[in-house]
Amino acid sequence: MSATTLSSWGQYPAFPQAARPCFWRSELSTNLKQLINQFGNTLAYGNGRSYGDSCLASSDHVLATRGLNRFIAADWQNGIIRAEAGVSLAELLQLSIPQGWFLPVTPGTQYVTLGGAVANDVHGKNHHVRGTFGCHVRCFELLRSDASAQICSPQDHSDLFNATIGGLGLTGIISWIELQLLPIQSSLIQSYSTRFNNLAEFFQLAAEHDSQHEYTVAWIDCLAQGKHLGRGIFIYGDHAETGELAVHHKAKLTVPLTPPISLINSMSLRAFNTVYFHKHPPSLQHALVSYEPFFYPLDAISHWNRIYGKSGFQQYQCVIPSASAEAAVHALLQEIAAVGSGSFLAVLKRCGDVPSPGLLSFPLPGVSLALDFPQLEPLNTTLFSRMDSIVRAAGGRLYPAKDAHMSANDFRHFYPKWSSLESLRDPGLCSRFWQRVTLA
Amino acid sequence: MKKIVIIGATSAIAIACARLWAAEQSEFFLVGRHQDKLQQTSADLVARGAQAAHSYVLDLIDFQQHAAMLTQALQTLGQIDVILIAHGTLPDQHQCEQDVHYALQEFNNNALSVLALLTPVANHMAQQGFGTIAVISSVAGDRGRGSNYLYGSAKAAVTTFCEGLRARMFKVGVHVLTIKPGFVATPMTADLNLPAKLTVSPEVVAKDIVQAIAKRKDVLYTPWFWAWIMKIIIHIPRGIFKKLKL
Repeated sequence: MSATTLSSWGQYPAFPQAARPCFWRSELSTNLKQLINQFGNTLAYGNGRSYGDSCLASSDHVLATRGLNRFIAADWQNGIIRAEAGVSLAELLQLSIPQGWFLPVTPGTQYVTLGGAVANDVHGKNHHVRGTFGCHVRCFELLRSDASAQICSPQDHSDLFNATIGGLGLTGIISWIELQLLPIQSSLIQSYSTRFNNLAEFFQLAAEHDSQHEYTVAWIDCLAQGKHLGRGIFIYGDHAETGELAVHHKAKLTVPLTPPISLINSMSLRAFNTVYFHKHPPSLQHALVSYEPFFYPLDAISHWNRIYGKSGFQQYQCVIPSASAEAAVHALLQEIAAVGSGSFLAVLKRCGDVPSPGLLSFPLPGVSLALDFPQLEPLNTTLFSRMDSIVRAAGGRLYPAKDAHMSANDFRHFYPKWSSLESLRDPGLCSRFWQRVTLA
Repeated sequence: MKKIVIIGATSAIAIACARLWAAEQSEFFLVGRHQDKLQQTSADLVARGAQAAHSYVLDLIDFQQHAAMLTQALQTLGQIDVILIAHGTLPDQHQCEQDVHYALQEFNNNALSVLALLTPVANHMAQQGFGTIAVISSVAGDRGRGSNYLYGSAKAAVTTFCEGLRARMFKVGVHVLTIKPGFVATPMTADLNLPAKLTVSPEVVAKDIVQAIAKRKDVLYTPWFWAWIMKIIIHIPRGIFKKLKL
């Protein structure tokens, strides 16, 4: 609808995007050229799950590609699927699970599109064994405003292939993607969870379990201080070897409207975190659960981003190399706990050393920390700048898909290959993020 | 595993219905104007579980070709369990007022082509003695509005025709469903400023249609609240109605 505008998941920064929807691959090229002629540049917009400004066109006119939601070919013998870029991971799972195939890598929401998963080279709880999403992409078709459609793979147009994986949608419009899926015997997950009382215990648990399990992740209480600093719940799991192959559709909760102010503040957060930590028994817990609550707990509440109120929120996600990880995460948590901000959604995850083909892929061998902050100024600016110094000094980096604050200097330092991406960028495509960190 | 003919198969509502039937391993005969869109739709349905999805290129305005298309559909599928008639356009009312040729062409697209097609289809279905004829009309056909009366009158013709056809077909065991969607977010309505709270996705409408066919309903308002909205609208006295900006 012409009157509706689109925004990013964090609803910050607020640059409402006018959307031109595209429904057919054969109409992509015309739409792309018209938008560029009319507004100077544009950007593909999938399902709007990028947090910051990487999904916003610098012209504020996006090409909405969610209508490209067709499957093109499904080879259930070998688990190879070719589908349009607007197909969501949920739609793919709905089809592939009954056939015994799962996503080789999945982020924490199934509501991202395939195109978005490639453009941000997303990772998941099995990064330590399978790398990023881009590691499993066989090929895709890329449409540029200055060339005809090209099929890119590790063999053909490999420079564009590598630049597009994690390329933030800047190298062209991805029209379809061919993906290698992961075979499963069951849609159930053998899930285990255990409490840890501080950061050192997390690192012990990660070292112990990462080599043995497909999926590992930890929730942390970002407000715990002193000897409890970095306490949390460590979760690990594997696909069950027997059981049903079923797609689940649970009744959903929804946040029906955006409250004027954030429902998350230091008081509600401290209470919530303390209860959540202590509700979990100190001993190891085991459960056989469906894939949905294991991978996508937040998907059960639609529009959960609204709880942060009209000002929105920012997610801060960094990755720190192994050697400096424990000290740096400790320092980061101290900064956060001292301010008393942050959110219930704080995640710690060890990343592995499987290399991604992506030029600007985010993960590196080490530990990733992600948490949301209600948009409060000047609190976020001062806190983030202190956190950025810690990340910089530790040799880590920030995640463009989540970012709304990274400085141009930091970006160029974190991603020295940015200039290679800039040279392969489609001149008709530009995001507010890219403008901020490279052109400003 | 139904044998399904879809006319206007690349329309958003038709595609959403077809995807639901594809999951039940149905076999399709898809009719539309554009070869490439039909082919993309067909590949999508096969990937989603359809037994097969055959394409047939036809502009429904070409009445002479309806019989040949139907013959081909029967040769391909053997029988027709469901025929969904979903083709249509959204005319520019203002242009209809200025340009008789355009207005009649739009009336052809939305009314006469449906009536023409339903004639041989009904005869075949009567002979077959089972199955469903499902026709997408619109809530716009329930009352003539100043902003949209060319489209509305075309849909009124379709609705009335189907009501009569239902009475004839009922006696020979064939089910006729008249579908009246409200505001649906589709490529056809992409340029309209539809009220967000009343607008639904084609998937929501498709679920209702597939269910109404299974339950052999006569008339379907979708989503359900349009039945109530239209009950009120058809009871607004004419003296007041003509003053409204609807």
